[in-house]
Amino acid sequence: MSEWKMLTLVGKDKPGIVAKITTILYDAGAQMGEASMMRLGGNFTIMLMVKSDQTIEQLSDLIKPVVEQLSLTFHFQEIEADLFHHEIPDTCVTVYGADRPGIVAKVTTALADAGFNIMDLDSDMAGTEEDSIYIMQIEGNATQGQDVIEQAVKAVVNDGIHVEISSIDTLIG
Amino acid sequence: MAILDILKYPDERLKQESVEVEKIDDDLKAFIADLEETMRAGPGGVGIASPQVGRFIRVVIVDVSAKPKTKNNGCMILINPEINTWEGMKKGREGCMSVPDYTGNVIRAEKITMTALNLAGETVDYTCEGYEARAVQHEMDHLDGKLFLDRLVSRRTDLFRRKVYK
Repeated sequence: MSEWKMLTLVGKDKPGIVAKITTILYDAGAQMGEASMMRLGGNFTIMLMVKSDQTIEQLSDLIKPVVEQLSLTFHFQEIEADLFHHEIPDTCVTVYGADRPGIVAKVTTALADAGFNIMDLDSDMAGTEEDSIYIMQIEGNATQGQDVIEQAVKAVVNDGIHVEISSIDTLIG
Repeated sequence: MAILDILKYPDERLKQESVEVEKIDDDLKAFIADLEETMRAGPGGVGIASPQVGRFIRVVIVDVSAKPKTKNNGCMILINPEINTWEGMKKGREGCMSVPDYTGNVIRAEKITMTALNLAGETVDYTCEGYEARAVQHEMDHLDGKLFLDRLVSRRTDLFRRKVYK
């Protein structure tokens, strides 16, 4: 059994979810690792690394009452935790424009085919219901160079979709 | 010459303020030579501040000349540096030898002018831009006990480059 588990929690957002869940886990001797909480379409979502020598069943029983009370759904899975080896992304790809079906599929396929390893992806829908715009920001490593990435992405997006490729020039001081 | 040990956060000494150099003597020069060697041995190798090796005096070294297509002043040994003017703002990714395995976004001035003493004790004026200006600001923060962690901004901040409207 792996000590590290990934806890995924999704549901209607309300204040105090993270505090309640992490307090229960902490009180039971678990340790939190890296986490990413985000509101997606107004929904609460979190992925949280949890280190514990308890089983998934035991951890689930532990949080179930509160999770149900908060009307959330959750999932635990065992994971391997490769901590303290963060890779540093070298390229940022920003894509935005009028919302069109297939932007994500086309752009990410073009990136994968061009040897781009996505390490981070954020997308938002903005604008209004009638005129929605789609904004996507991707970070990763351009193993074949940025020109290759730029050509690949520009080849698959329609007119009116803007693509910007920029270097992430990390300064280590 | 020697490579010095880098203090790593959570070592609280990194949060302390450094004092001005009063005398540029052989001891200081020998230390600065070691500091430069330590910087060049590091993962980035573009800058270092004296407090990062546990000597709490206002000395930093910045040298971004090895980076292609980057405006630079060569190897700057900056004793008691003072930034005089700041211009523009830009978000950029930073990491630090004193904070291993973490990088984050920080907003820095794009262009600065500053004054510092050199090894001969002369006052020198510098103008730095872009990556070099960022490196100077990162290193000078160490002299005031500040880490880039104190200046982190959300990765969602400034999603688009601000346009300059005239």
